[in-house]
Formats: sequence, C-alpha cells, structure tokens
Amino acid sequence: MSESLVDISLTINETEYRVSVEPRYTLADVIRHQCGLTGTHLGCEHGVCGTCNVLVDGEPVRACLMFAIQAQGAKIRTVEGLSQGDTLHALQQAFMDHHALQCGFCTPGFLMLLTGALETNPDLTDAELRDVLSSNLCRCTGYQNIILAARAGADRMKQLTSPMPETATLRPADA
Amino acid sequence: MKPSPFQYHVPLTVDDAVTILNNVAPDDGHILAGGQSLVPTMAYRMANPAHLVDINRVAGVDSVGVDNGHLSIGCLVRHAAFETPVIDGPIGDLLPKVCHHIAHYPIRRRGTFCGSLAHADPASEWCLVATTLNAIIELRSVRGTRMVAADDFFEGMMSTARAENEMLVSVRLPLMKETERFGFFEFSRRAGDFGLTMVLAVYELAGGSIVNPRIGLGGVEDRPSRNAAAEQILAGSAPSDAVFVAAAEAASASVEPMEDIHAPASYRRHLVKAGVLSALRQTVQ
Ligand SMILES: Cc1cc2nc3c(=O)[nH]c(=O)nc-3n(C[C@H](O)[C@H](O)[C@H](O)COP(=O)(O)OP(=O)(O)OC[C@H]3O[C@@H](n4cnc5c(N)ncnc54)[C@H](O)[C@@H]3O)c2cc1C
Ligand code: FES
Ligand code: FES
Repeated sequence: MSESLVDISLTINETEYRVSVEPRYTLADVIRHQCGLTGTHLGCEHGVCGTCNVLVDGEPVRACLMFAIQAQGAKIRTVEGLSQGDTLHALQQAFMDHHALQCGFCTPGFLMLLTGALETNPDLTDAELRDVLSSNLCRCTGYQNIILAARAGADRMKQLTSPMPETATLRPADA
Repeated sequence: MKPSPFQYHVPLTVDDAVTILNNVAPDDGHILAGGQSLVPTMAYRMANPAHLVDINRVAGVDSVGVDNGHLSIGCLVRHAAFETPVIDGPIGDLLPKVCHHIAHYPIRRRGTFCGSLAHADPASEWCLVATTLNAIIELRSVRGTRMVAADDFFEGMMSTARAENEMLVSVRLPLMKETERFGFFEFSRRAGDFGLTMVLAVYELAGGSIVNPRIGLGGVEDRPSRNAAAEQILAGSAPSDAVFVAAAEAASASVEPMEDIHAPASYRRHLVKAGVLSALRQTVQ
C-alpha cells in the first residue's frame, strides 16, 4: 500500500515529526512506531481502557480512536513531555509518593487524563476527580492509591500555578 | 486489530462534504465525525469503509444556538459542550444531567451529539433525548435539505431514515417552558457504560395537573420510544406517588424489551418500572 502513504507533520511535545502514514494509521500507532515515543501505551484499541490517552490541543483523547492524519496542526502532548528535565511533573511525583502504580502499564494514560482535566479545571472536587478517573482501567492497583495520588497531584499543581503564596496576601495591617 | 485501508477526504465546507459524500457513498463511503463509535467498529473490522469523509475541519457547524424556539446543535458540537448548561431554563439543566452518563471524559471531548443520532445505538442518551423532546433532524444532500422528526428518524437498531448520501447537519431541540419539569434515570453496571435502561420523563404542570407528558425509554427496545401507556395515565392527573406507580407499571407491562448478553428481557422490564418511577419522582423533588 505504499502508494497510499501521505506525508504529514505532527507536533508532539513541541517537537515536529515528519512521517509518512496511511490514513488508517491511528495516532497512537504513529506516536509509538514512527515517532518512537513508546510511553503512550495501547491496551484495548477500541476506546475502553484509556491507556492510550494523549492531549490534543489540551484535551485528553483516546489516541487509538483518532487517525494520525487528523492530528496535523494540533499540539499533541504525551507522557514524555510531562517532566522538566529531571524534575517530575507534580502528578508523576504524586503517583510515586502514593504508590499509585504496580506494573505501570496504565500510568501514562492516567497521567495524561489527569493533566488535561486539571489544566482545564484546577478545582475538581473529589467526586469529580473520581468521575474523571472512571475513564481509565487499571488491572493492578484497585484504584485507591490512584485516587489519593490524583488528589495530592491536583493540590500540588494548584500550588505551583497560584500566582503568589497565600501568606503574601497578608498585609501588615491585617496581621 | 487495526482498521483496514480507506481513502481519506477532508472537506472544509458543508457543501463540499455533501458533494464528496454523494460521490463516495455508493462505494461504501461514510462520514467520520468524532470517530468514537466508527473507529472502534473499524478496529474490530466490523466496518471496513472504502472512503471516509472527515467533517472535523468543516467550518460553521460547531456551535449551539437558539433559533425560532429551538436549540440548534451543529454537527461538530461535542458531547462535552453539554457538561455545563448551554442555556438558562429547564433544557439547559436537563442536558448536563444526561450528558454526564455518556461514556467517559476523553470520549466526550471527541464524540458529537449528531454522530450519536446518526449512529442510532438503542442505548444512546442523545437518541433518547431527541425522541422524548420531539427533535427535528436536518439532513442535507446534493439535492437539498429535508427535516425529519426524531420519531420518523429512528427505524431500528442502528438504522435511521438517513439516506447514505445525506449528511446530518444539525439537530433542533424544542426549548422547554419554565413550567416544564423533567426527571432522568439510567442504570448501567459501571460508570460510562451504555445504559441497560434509561428513562426521560418530561411534563408541564398547569393548574395542578400534568399536561403534555412525555415518557421516553432508551436501551429497552431496538430504538428509543415514547411510552403511550404511561403517558395516558399521567395526562390530566395531579402528580402523586400513586399516579407515578400506575404509570411505571403500565410502562413496564407494555414494553417488549431486548434480550442480550447483558440482561434478559425480564430484567429490563423490571428496570423500566423502577426507572419510570424514579424519573417521575425526581419531577416533584
Ligand atoms: C468506551 C466507549 C463508551 C461509550 N459509551 C457511550 C454511552 O454510554 N452512550 C452513548 O450514547 N455513546 C457512547 N459511546 C459512543 C459515543 O457517544 C460516540 O461519540 C457516538 O456514538 C458517535 O458519535 P461520533 O461523533 O463519535 O460519531 P462517529 O463514530 O464518527 O460516527 C458514527 C456513525 O455515524 C455516522 N455519522 C457521524 N456523524 C454523521 C453526520 N453528521 N452525518 C451523517 N452520518 C454521520 C458515521 O458515518 C458512522 O456511521 C461510547 C464510546 C466508547 C468508545
Ligand atoms: S488502547 Fe485506546 S482506549 Fe484502550
Ligand atoms: S498499574 Fe498495572 S495496570 Fe495499572
């Protein structure tokens, strides 16, 4: 089918990848096989498990249900783009601290799901977080530690992005 | 598995989309909207379309507007748009309540309201809403536009009145009056699963009595439907638990539920009773 290959360019974690794809290639497969970013995992390949979640223009989507050719011009983010150098993203650190993974197969999908949902709404309640987490499957942990990590990571993300530490709002007159 | 090969088309206008669809539909060409139903089916190789007409870059069809007493929903409006009210009033409150039950967060970012109608899964929440509220569906082909009432649109399990060369361009939901009340019930085994039974109950309260009751059932039979037996009991009565119980029993007795791997018919029949009662009780809470 080489005659059906189309040259496209994908922007993943702010790097441009030029790849030749058949229209039928899913975004997940192209990210893994052609861009070499194997942090994005594939479980079910039909939308149920969420291990393939990536961010497309800030929104978590199933990369197994999108064709790579559709993602041209979009800003794609994968788990490889979360940490800054050696500093883990707040959610990655929280997953480590709270033992929110065992085999780790599902972890990239959970991290991208949470990153997208929390960047859109940093104030998710516990109930809302649980609801978001119901999007993904984990076969190891039993979810409780994922819920704990999500809460801790969410709180830390908010701290890191809040413009000023809380004490700075105290003026001498109030103190 | 992986989807089989297809030719990819990416029109930028509705006119171009309709023209391309007209050319490729006889050769197994289909529209690709959110892809949240079509792509899984392709991955299973249950669908092997020769052409896909991707409408995700079509301009001017991604908004919700109010038009002549209707909420008009363009064919690229995603499920997620309804997670919060799109408008004040009862319909603005109803849609988020229902939307919450559709699939999962990432799937709601991609899947479209109109794609759900075109797909016509018997357990689709939006198909139930369209049927219960008497939606009007706008279909466009190279020959022009036609408007089809939801009741005439759904013909059976994943089968609709849409011709293969027609694109579903928008759906119009009649706005609800301030005096209209609603209740929604869904039972599914896990969050985000397709419902085994859904009930949407809507009526107007005028002078203490129920006027224009609509009891919509989804996931029970091969397509969403209104339940005449329950509606007859409700019409003209004052809302009371006794009337609600009678309506729920009448609905349960009159349906012909599907049987599948998830539940026998008797189980769905029971859910109809529980669901109609629950939806109606919500209207007086
Ligand atoms: C894990 C999972 C769980 C889900 N759970 C639910 C659920 O609980 N409830 C629910 O309702 N849905 C559920 N869905 C399905 C989801 O809501 C889909 O988004 C929806 O059914 C189809 O919309 P789409 O835009 O994704 O359409 P697509 O998948 O792109 O298309 C579906 C079909 O409709 C046709 N089509 C689409 N748009 C048009 C148009 N404008 N004109 C003509 N034809 C068109 C396509 O050709 C195709 O045949 C789930 C999906 C997944 C993967
Ligand atoms: S691999 Fe995409 S959802 Fe399971
Ligand atoms: S840690 Fe193994 S699947 Fe989640």
